[in-house]
Amino acid sequence: MEIKKVPCKGLSTEEYDKALKVDWQPELAYAWDNGIGIGAYLAALKEGKILAAKCDGCGRIMLPARAFCELCFRPTDGYVAVHDTGVVNTFAVSHVNWDASRLKEKDPRHLPAVIEIDGASKGQGILHILGNVKPGDVKIGMKVRAVWKPAGERTGSITDILFFEPVK
Amino acid sequence: MGYRRVAIVGAGLTKFVRRAQETGPELSWQASKMALDSCSLRLKDVEMITLGSAPDGFDGVHMKGEYLLSGAGGSNKSYIRNFVGGGTGVFAPIHGWMHVASGACDVCLVVAEEKMSSCHPTPQGAFITIFDHTTEQPLKPTLIWIFALEMRRYMERYGLTRADIARVAVKNKKNAMDHPSAQVAGEYTVDDILNSEVLAEPVHRLDISPAGDGAAAVVLASEDVAKRLTDRPVWLDGVGWNLDTSYWATKDLYYPRYVEKAARMAYDMAGIKEPHKEIQVAEPYDPFDYKELHHMEGLLLCPRGEAARLTAEGYTARTGNLPTCPSGGALGVGNPIAATGLMKVIELFLQLRGEAGKRQIPGKPRVGVAQAWGDLMQVGTVVVCRS
Amino acid sequence: MSGRFLMNGRVAIIGIGTEGFSPVTPHLSFKELTYCAAVKAYRQAGLHPKEIDSFITASEDFMEGYSIFDEYVPDQMGAVMRPVHTVTAEFLQALGVGVMMINTARFKTIAVEAHSKASNIKTLHDVKAFALDPVYLRPLEEDAEFLAGLEMRRFLRDSGNTEEQCAQVVVKNRGNALLNPLAGHGAKLRVDDVMASGAVSTPLKRLDAAAAADGAVMVVLAAEDVARSLCANPVWVDGVSWFSAEGNPWSRDLGVANYAKLAARKAFAMAGKTVRDVDFAEVCDEYSYKELQHLESLGLARPGEAGYLTENGFTSLNGDLPVNASGGSLGVGHAFEASGGMKVVEAVLQLRGEAGAHQVKNARTGLVQSWRGVPTATGAVAILSNE
Repeated sequence: MEIKKVPCKGLSTEEYDKALKVDWQPELAYAWDNGIGIGAYLAALKEGKILAAKCDGCGRIMLPARAFCELCFRPTDGYVAVHDTGVVNTFAVSHVNWDASRLKEKDPRHLPAVIEIDGASKGQGILHILGNVKPGDVKIGMKVRAVWKPAGERTGSITDILFFEPVK
Repeated sequence: MGYRRVAIVGAGLTKFVRRAQETGPELSWQASKMALDSCSLRLKDVEMITLGSAPDGFDGVHMKGEYLLSGAGGSNKSYIRNFVGGGTGVFAPIHGWMHVASGACDVCLVVAEEKMSSCHPTPQGAFITIFDHTTEQPLKPTLIWIFALEMRRYMERYGLTRADIARVAVKNKKNAMDHPSAQVAGEYTVDDILNSEVLAEPVHRLDISPAGDGAAAVVLASEDVAKRLTDRPVWLDGVGWNLDTSYWATKDLYYPRYVEKAARMAYDMAGIKEPHKEIQVAEPYDPFDYKELHHMEGLLLCPRGEAARLTAEGYTARTGNLPTCPSGGALGVGNPIAATGLMKVIELFLQLRGEAGKRQIPGKPRVGVAQAWGDLMQVGTVVVCRS
Repeated sequence: MSGRFLMNGRVAIIGIGTEGFSPVTPHLSFKELTYCAAVKAYRQAGLHPKEIDSFITASEDFMEGYSIFDEYVPDQMGAVMRPVHTVTAEFLQALGVGVMMINTARFKTIAVEAHSKASNIKTLHDVKAFALDPVYLRPLEEDAEFLAGLEMRRFLRDSGNTEEQCAQVVVKNRGNALLNPLAGHGAKLRVDDVMASGAVSTPLKRLDAAAAADGAVMVVLAAEDVARSLCANPVWVDGVSWFSAEGNPWSRDLGVANYAKLAARKAFAMAGKTVRDVDFAEVCDEYSYKELQHLESLGLARPGEAGYLTENGFTSLNGDLPVNASGGSLGVGHAFEASGGMKVVEAVLQLRGEAGAHQVKNARTGLVQSWRGVPTATGAVAILSNE
């Protein structure tokens, strides 16, 4: 067989606009139980600390805090607060919002980064945002530190860290 | 006693389009019917069906496997949906392989469908919920971020430029001009890619495959049945899959170690010792141009960090030593996720039978590999085909 | 069917683990819930997850609130960088895939998992309605349970069973649940309580429907040689099959459970057994009428007789054919894709003689059956034995 002709009709924008459609906006709402590990992680963020879990099996200090070591498959052996500084492992300069809509020209670019946190095992990074830095000045390997919300405004969320800024 | 050898004996594919007139079940039906017709079978000859499709959020239906069931011929059959995110399209035939290799059935229909246009305003909106709901979603991430993060890490590790990577997009979009399903084929220059609209530096619009609608299907059969149906079966001789940790930010993104593990599983089963010498055609997953390079390395088709140079030298062109994405890949044919993965397996099926028409690579290839990838940079799915 | 399934020998369950099975589990994340079940199952099997060859999860994105939930599977199963896959299906179907995989002889041990965090879904009814066909059914803006009402009325009319007999199922199962430490909904009820419990979708009443539950189940499967070397009391999966009836609810026969009929026929054939060999059954009772409908469709009761048999104690704990000795979904709580897993666990306990206060006498062969709930007509059957 040689596939020469294939079925399926693609609609042009004009055809699509004219087509009859059924719209549906689902009501989807969830409230997830954070449990032991992430519960402790969020409580620590509220206190202005980044919490890791240590495993005496493999010796790793892991981020975010977790109740069990997924590699050794045993409970972790306690939590340790690590530093709120780290190193940029990689970063992007985003011109789009979460829904792929474009940022306006005047809006600051989003600077997502994977940040390897000091005090955790090598390579243990988290996703966060960079701030107080021009996009062109960001480098892989750059030292950064957390900029926290004021203590009274923290809610126990990853956004209790506003962003990470370069260590001058 | 061991497993039964499994062959691909028929294939079907729809056009990949931005917005299909057809519903998901209708797309599934089109591909399934074409696959059955291609090997002169009817639905009643099929004992079991497995369907692959990526997130329910795209089609906008909870339990979408059940929704697509009627189109995939699943009524009054053993029917199941398999799902490993973006890796689903190549996993679907692996799931079908389990059905036939185990003796559960002699003929298994494998369907892969995606209708991403149902999700409004864009399927990207469905992607925020792939991130961890507690530690990541509050940062309002978009899927493009993680690819930009991974691409930059890969470039940094090997000192690559965007131009080194853009050549993949140029090659695949051109290859796709010969593919009847193609959605975004065309002749572009490296500069076109580099100067396209920026999304999240270093990723620009033309580095990315588009969202799309489409479906694909293959018919798998046991050895004795396959030999009755065709004199040119293509054997599914190696299957492998692997899933890495969900803590994606804790591993170095420059190398897809899970793809290597999946590949080694498939190569081991297929008896392939030196993949870079034994494999003659490759269809690695290329939703982004750097991913083809990343995956060539993970598939052990070239040394780490060398894929870009080999691409520049024409090694991966249709006339090169290792034609890679001769179909046109996700970058050229389009990327209705699960359907794309299976499209790649169908490309091997056609290439190894010498039936790829204008896309046919020279030298009568006998061994090919197809691969897909997905989740939060976690999944590798690999099949090795032999004529 | 080809009839060669189980060509590579028998498959046994060598470890089971559960966690939760209560209306809420606020102290554990979904990862921790599954981890707890997994630890118990692996310990019982005498295996570290590194010694498990492959892993399967049964899950649905919208039940988790994630797109591509597959991402979040490996860590809590001990399956990082291993061959893991998801089926968007019911636990029993995943178990069937596991049996199939062992029969390819490429895998000796498989871990199968499903879980529910239904309590985390604030809009469970909307999620269920999101499974309805977007064009034909959703615009009616009915709660998805209207389909259960339609089915129940058609079934009662066709079979001659009565609403009171359905109520008797609730009384029996919630009574059994008082004896099961896993069950969260044990209660001493009277038929009148159920009849007076208020209409949901007439004739379906509030107490005819199982309440949602959280819970995780893990089962470890092994090939015969491994099972015999590791396990003193293996429970054999002699037959397993899954089927879907007519996909579209508006064109299927709502009075019968054809999926159960088809799956039972194949599972019994695989096992080389008949209904007369069944000593006890755990069948899907998400709604009371479903237990009666399933018993008749499975051939465990003659058409129209399931209600009579229930009323006369035939299916009670000390009856000739105990049905849902666990308490079923009505008594334990309905844990969605994990519900079939709960029933497998119950069957394993019964066959090992470890069911305690709800132990049935002379349990040698048990039938477990599942259904995916409205709007589907998909379900599975497994025949388990200790012989």
